[in-house]
Amino acid sequence: MTAIDPTAHLTAEQIEELGRELDAIRDEVIADRGEKDAAYIRKVISVQRKLELASRGVLLFSIFPPAWLIGTAGLSVAKIMDNMEIGHNVLHGQWDWMRDPKIHSTTWEWDHVSPAEQWKHSHNELHHTYTNVIGKDNDLGYGIMRVDEDQRWHPFHLGQPLWNFLNACFFEYGIAAYDLELGKNLQKRRRRSPEFRARARAVGRKIRKQVLKDYVIHPLLSGPSFLTTLAATFTANLVRNIWTHSVIMCGHFPEGVQVFERRSVKGETRGQWYLRQMMGSANISGSRAMHFMTGNLSHQIEHHLFPDLPSNRYAEVAVKVRALFEKYELEYVTGPLPKQVFSAWHKVFRLSLPNRKPKVKTPDHRQELVAA
Amino acid sequence: MTSTALRSRAWKLLEMVTTPLLPSDYLDLVSPLRAGADLRGRIEAVHPETGDAATVVIRPGRGWRGHTAGQYVRVGVDVDGRRLWRAYSITSPTDRQDGRITITVKAIPDGKVSNHLVHRTTPGTLVQLDQPAGDFVLPPAKPAKVLYLTAGSGVTPVMGMLRDTGFDDVVMVHCAPRPQDVIFRNELHGLVADEKLRLTEVHTATDGRLDIARLGELVPDWAERETWACGPEGLLDAAERHWAGHGVQERLHTERFRPRVVVTGDGGEVTFSATGRTVDADGATPLLDVGEEAGVLMPSGCRMGICFGCVTPLKAGAVRDLRTGEITEAEPGVLIQTCVSAAAGPCDIER
Ligand code: FES
Repeated sequence: MTAIDPTAHLTAEQIEELGRELDAIRDEVIADRGEKDAAYIRKVISVQRKLELASRGVLLFSIFPPAWLIGTAGLSVAKIMDNMEIGHNVLHGQWDWMRDPKIHSTTWEWDHVSPAEQWKHSHNELHHTYTNVIGKDNDLGYGIMRVDEDQRWHPFHLGQPLWNFLNACFFEYGIAAYDLELGKNLQKRRRRSPEFRARARAVGRKIRKQVLKDYVIHPLLSGPSFLTTLAATFTANLVRNIWTHSVIMCGHFPEGVQVFERRSVKGETRGQWYLRQMMGSANISGSRAMHFMTGNLSHQIEHHLFPDLPSNRYAEVAVKVRALFEKYELEYVTGPLPKQVFSAWHKVFRLSLPNRKPKVKTPDHRQELVAA
Repeated sequence: MTSTALRSRAWKLLEMVTTPLLPSDYLDLVSPLRAGADLRGRIEAVHPETGDAATVVIRPGRGWRGHTAGQYVRVGVDVDGRRLWRAYSITSPTDRQDGRITITVKAIPDGKVSNHLVHRTTPGTLVQLDQPAGDFVLPPAKPAKVLYLTAGSGVTPVMGMLRDTGFDDVVMVHCAPRPQDVIFRNELHGLVADEKLRLTEVHTATDGRLDIARLGELVPDWAERETWACGPEGLLDAAERHWAGHGVQERLHTERFRPRVVVTGDGGEVTFSATGRTVDADGATPLLDVGEEAGVLMPSGCRMGICFGCVTPLKAGAVRDLRTGEITEAEPGVLIQTCVSAAAGPCDIER
């Protein structure tokens, strides 16, 4: 719905053909999924657990500054691995095909205050189905920000750089509130609904357990290192929150990403659904370590096309997907992390102010943009 | 405070430390076979028996309760990254000193698990185990005369019995295509040499199938013998008719490799309404598998009908319980276990 539709040059047949080509890419990976992939996720899980255990062990002595540094760094990385490459992806059902009940979307619980069950609903069902559809996909600005010119401006939005910063720092709580649809549900009538209350209680329980572990039990076990351990866990949670928030912002907010109107998804075909995912997501370029630490959400475009393919396959899929973008003359939005983060933040700032008067566009100008 | 109470307190504390995981998630990394862990086993060796059969030596976890000769164990093996469960007879004696057990596996054509175990598995691999089960076992009181009637890999539970308990008068009739196809042939002939067993081999490739009506020619006193029979359906059906025909059916004990599955009202079109996918299913494939094949997110656990980790609302149509043949029809609030239910006509599963 941005002024210029970058897919306008595609015919309906081309879009369906594109859908078939994407299906073929997907089928190829599924036919080839096997032992190596299973070994990969098992390895990642085991490394994560060992790293977390070791870091918490080191933090028992965090009264000594080097131990604090090493332990905090280790715990931050372990928490990022838990949420990104493991938690997010397992909860998508990417590993359900292994039929191992221990690595299964229905049994997995993660180091996060939003219970897996609730997150799966808001993320897997709502966000992934209605990606970037204004009014349907609440991931767009999490209900607290304005992320597109077409959304109505409100003085409240002046504060959105601040909201966004706070959201980054306490991201897991933001997500929990978001999964509960807190804004909507706090209205009087809904607050009473037994269903909402049950879900709120589940979140409360989860928060209690998480806080108890990070800020009470583990510091207590550290004895004289009580305060330093507490500070270390707080830091690790902060690092993890800011990191995941940044990565996720890069997925749908950078300049060049499209948003869609409600009515545009009515009766959408498979090809059109794919196309919306392609235009509504953005990647992060970088090293293998970068891809790993983002949980392969650096391949956000591929992830949105195939949310349930094992994450370790996105890199190889990306090559083929990118070729399709070129073939159909579509823009593959990607860039290094700093650039994408900057771009997303820039948008947050820009849209905190009302739209500037639209410039009068000449037909020539329009032509130019499409060609680019 | 008693020591158990103390231990459970300590465990609670440990659970708080590891939340949202459980302490066992960490312990599994270092000690997957410890007491209290989910039951697993480690493959320690694989010995070939014939061209297409091998004996797998497994060290079971500490929670293993021990078996009775003749029982089987369900084994969960990861083949190409995917966990598949099969049942195999235990061939080791019950008093094996080193605590290991053996199963003997014959690779069947296109058998994913059997071929994997016979040809590709390596020592050190972990497998999942269930406790031993099955009532194809010897009675506590020794019968005077025994007959073992086996064919192909039907010899495996009987081998477990032969290795476990000696009898004064044992006859065995075993069918296999050719002499080199007889699993445990050396050991069986060793028992014969020691006069612990009288053995008749029927080589079906040259002698043709065993005609059960002529069993009397091989074992004249068969009707007086307590008999354990294991082999393909055809042989067991014929044996049951033969024993019943002579009014001695209570002397016959049989073991079928696969529980008989009721297949009436065959399959239908299955709709997974939450996902919006529709596929054709036959009347024998569990809906859990049907859904997974179709790429639907299916919850699961034990995959054998005990944990209810797979229960899902049935919104329309009917399904058949694969264990009992019982039909369940859709009604508000009806939940089915997808791992043991198959389509009995078109149905709608809320997944
Ligand atoms: S998976 Fe355990 S009952 Fe179905």
